[in-house]
Amino acid sequence: MKMKSIISLVFVSTMVLAWLLYFDTEPVPETTDEAVQSYQLSNGMKVLVIENHRAPVVVSQVWYKVGSSYEHDGITGISHVLEHMMFKGTEEHPAGEFSEIIAANGGEENAFTGQDYTAYFQKIANDRLELCLELEADRMRNLTLDEKEFLKEVEVVKEERRLRTEDKPTALTYERFNAVAFTNSPYRRPIIGWMEDLDTLTIDDVRKWYKTWYAPNNATLVVAGDVMAEEVYRLAKQYFGQLPTSEIEVLKPRREAKQYGTQRLTVEVPAKIPYLVMGYKTPVLTNVEEEWEVYALEVLAGLLDGGSSARLTNNLVRGQHIADSASASYGMTAKHETLFVLSAVPSDGVATDVLEFALREQIDTLKTQLPDEKELDRVKAQVVASQVYQQDSTFYQAMEVGMLDTIGLPWQVKDEYVENIMAVTAEQVQQVAKKYLVDEQLTVAVLDPLPIENTTTTSRAAPAAGGRHDY
Amino acid sequence: MTINIVSSLNGRFMPGRLMQCLAVLGLMVISVAINAAPQIQTWQTENGAKVLFVPATEIPMLDVRIVFDAGSARDHGLSGLAVLTNGLLAEGAAGKTAQQIAEEFESVGAQIDNDALRDMALIGVRSLTESRYLTPAIETLKQVLTQPDFPDEAYQRELNRMKVAVKAQQQSPAALASEAFYKAVYGDHPYASPVSGTEESLERMTLDAVRAFYKKYYVASNATVAIVGNVERWQAEEIVKALLSTLPAGEKAPALLPVEPLTEAKQIIIDYPSTQTHIYVGQTGIKRGDDDYFTLYVANHPFGGSGFASRLVEVIREQKGLAYSVSSYFLPMREAGPFIMSMQTKTEQTEQALALLDQELIKYVNSGPEKDELAASMSNITGSFPLNIDSNSKLLNYIAMIGFYDLPTDYLDNFIGNMKAVDVKKINAALKRRIHPERMVTVIVGKQ
Repeated sequence: MKMKSIISLVFVSTMVLAWLLYFDTEPVPETTDEAVQSYQLSNGMKVLVIENHRAPVVVSQVWYKVGSSYEHDGITGISHVLEHMMFKGTEEHPAGEFSEIIAANGGEENAFTGQDYTAYFQKIANDRLELCLELEADRMRNLTLDEKEFLKEVEVVKEERRLRTEDKPTALTYERFNAVAFTNSPYRRPIIGWMEDLDTLTIDDVRKWYKTWYAPNNATLVVAGDVMAEEVYRLAKQYFGQLPTSEIEVLKPRREAKQYGTQRLTVEVPAKIPYLVMGYKTPVLTNVEEEWEVYALEVLAGLLDGGSSARLTNNLVRGQHIADSASASYGMTAKHETLFVLSAVPSDGVATDVLEFALREQIDTLKTQLPDEKELDRVKAQVVASQVYQQDSTFYQAMEVGMLDTIGLPWQVKDEYVENIMAVTAEQVQQVAKKYLVDEQLTVAVLDPLPIENTTTTSRAAPAAGGRHDY
Repeated sequence: MTINIVSSLNGRFMPGRLMQCLAVLGLMVISVAINAAPQIQTWQTENGAKVLFVPATEIPMLDVRIVFDAGSARDHGLSGLAVLTNGLLAEGAAGKTAQQIAEEFESVGAQIDNDALRDMALIGVRSLTESRYLTPAIETLKQVLTQPDFPDEAYQRELNRMKVAVKAQQQSPAALASEAFYKAVYGDHPYASPVSGTEESLERMTLDAVRAFYKKYYVASNATVAIVGNVERWQAEEIVKALLSTLPAGEKAPALLPVEPLTEAKQIIIDYPSTQTHIYVGQTGIKRGDDDYFTLYVANHPFGGSGFASRLVEVIREQKGLAYSVSSYFLPMREAGPFIMSMQTKTEQTEQALALLDQELIKYVNSGPEKDELAASMSNITGSFPLNIDSNSKLLNYIAMIGFYDLPTDYLDNFIGNMKAVDVKKINAALKRRIHPERMVTVIVGKQ
């Protein structure tokens, strides 16, 4: 799957949908797969259903193809702010009513924003699905976007940024690491946005963003749980089927520019423990030339960090006592080139450059020595088992399908995943290590703690409530 | 495939106009179909462990968890002991190294799970149920559980890692606030002890103390076993036998001292260079099985326990935009756990936020919930019950809790009925009896 094919996929789908609008054909399920049943409404909205009859509950998710990677400088965080504003009401259902109705019906609901997607969900008794669809359809096109509500909500988002990033030394380091690792890729911007951009964001920016991206032909409904697929399709047609489409802008590819050598940065903030992050630019399934490479990278991440028996814990935490903790992560499902990340906290008294050296040794070993079969089998056994365990979460199943679809991959990727992992050989792991985990593609960030001044504690008997805050 | 959710959750709610909008939707009568709660099977092992089992045949997997009354409440002045002991179980057992143990679990796709909290310490495994996977997973878990070696190397290493964890807490205003809160609310009670230890307590730690702790508390009479998965009753019995039959009966841990209620308001201020002030306000709360449990659970729901449906979120987030997260909850424990209100706001808004928390609490304790607030909370609590038990992992948590706290095995069957029996009169009486705004602990961490 290459970058080009995603773009044409988006393009083709808007073409197809224009045709459907005119002829209003009755779409048939596009697949015979038992797990996911797929439909498309005449206005281009996709509907994916996973029947799972374990418990009389249902998960409903509406996914939009928009997230921080769709943003540009100056308006960072706007997708996430809009996600907050989606709870601020429509003419039909004023601010708060959406949540109120869902809660009164015994449901849970929330939303999340990622680099490549924004999604809204409800978990509710299966006979209440219709309610969710009605409310979601309403806010897809009819959001009020009141300025007063926006001015308060953007302050809430800034508090969220303080909580998640500003006052967390490791999160702050990771944010800056990411901003340096990518030169021009949209992934260099934080999902929550820069504080400086949040400060100058306006309701007009948000209105424009909503108008640009929130339309049925840029959305996918995923429903998983104790439902019948045909019934979900019928309800989806009833509530979303009449919504007008928008012309969805085709984004430029914005491929990451070539990197010339290792990039380094230091973050100096008040903290107690150092932290090291290393990231190598790596392809993802949407843009890799040889698909097996991304599966080999997943296995490679498993060799390093697939459990407590994996190499990082075995060698660096237990063996050499260099790391207090160490992890490796790679995700093959994203729209753009991503990072294979190693992160670690040094053991007490160990310098970060010693830790970096040790992590690089682990990478070098992967390039020079083939992993033995037993070790590979262990990684694969965990993947196979995880696929079974994931069935315990209907939400996760819906999420997996929604995410794949939203980044432009067929959801069948999920079903072929185990097979593709099982096919990875020791030689392939070595090849991707040699090809991608190289110094020219590396960025290294170090959190260098400054002393924390003034952690003095004062205790006192306080005045009773009502006057206790006059300290 | 792994999904890294780099994202942020939001969500929103507003009580008040509920009846109006329900009328609009023609939903005046709210009744959510409830499936019968799962039947919990229970038995006792010969050496005195209590077992709770729920068969779940849909997925070829099994979760088993053994819970001991061996949380940090048993640290006896040596904070961190319960956590260290629990963390060392899989670091060497039956002559095998940590690496061998990890390989044995992971080569069959099994996932070990362990943790120590204030009341309980737990260890368990999630495994596929095909016997070529399950049998070795159970055998390894048995060794970890019954024959830990506590090797010196592992002890030193894990102790050092705990010291780093203590430092990590010192760079987290949230952790500083929480620790100070427990200390101020619980005074001399064991619940005051920081679960992960302190710099000072970890300096005093010894391997002998770990061994003694294990020997005393990781015994069958002190254990509850919870099993959920695709096995039949006889198989569940075999699994429990395999795991526990060689564990000494030992003795059940003695009852903890009761928690003394606070006698006066206290204020703890920690000067810390964060952009937000972290605020904890609270007092002692309720026990598991407390007569007021259901009443106070329902009472807290519209106040600060229902996220975006709560008054605290409405006033502090919706009306004022002061915080991303604000909530209140009772944490029921073996002895009275805390009642906590917490939030974070940028430094300049600290006083305003504290005043609002006070104001809302006093108002609520004096007047209780509005009729429509209570009705909305009741429909949410009863209507969302199927969501509480819709997966094996949620069921496992529930039955482990039911067993550990000696709650009746028909707890889930009666859950909705018990909630529905709560009315506004009971709530108002319980709030006045149990919540004392004039004797709260307030912790403030931030720039002063």
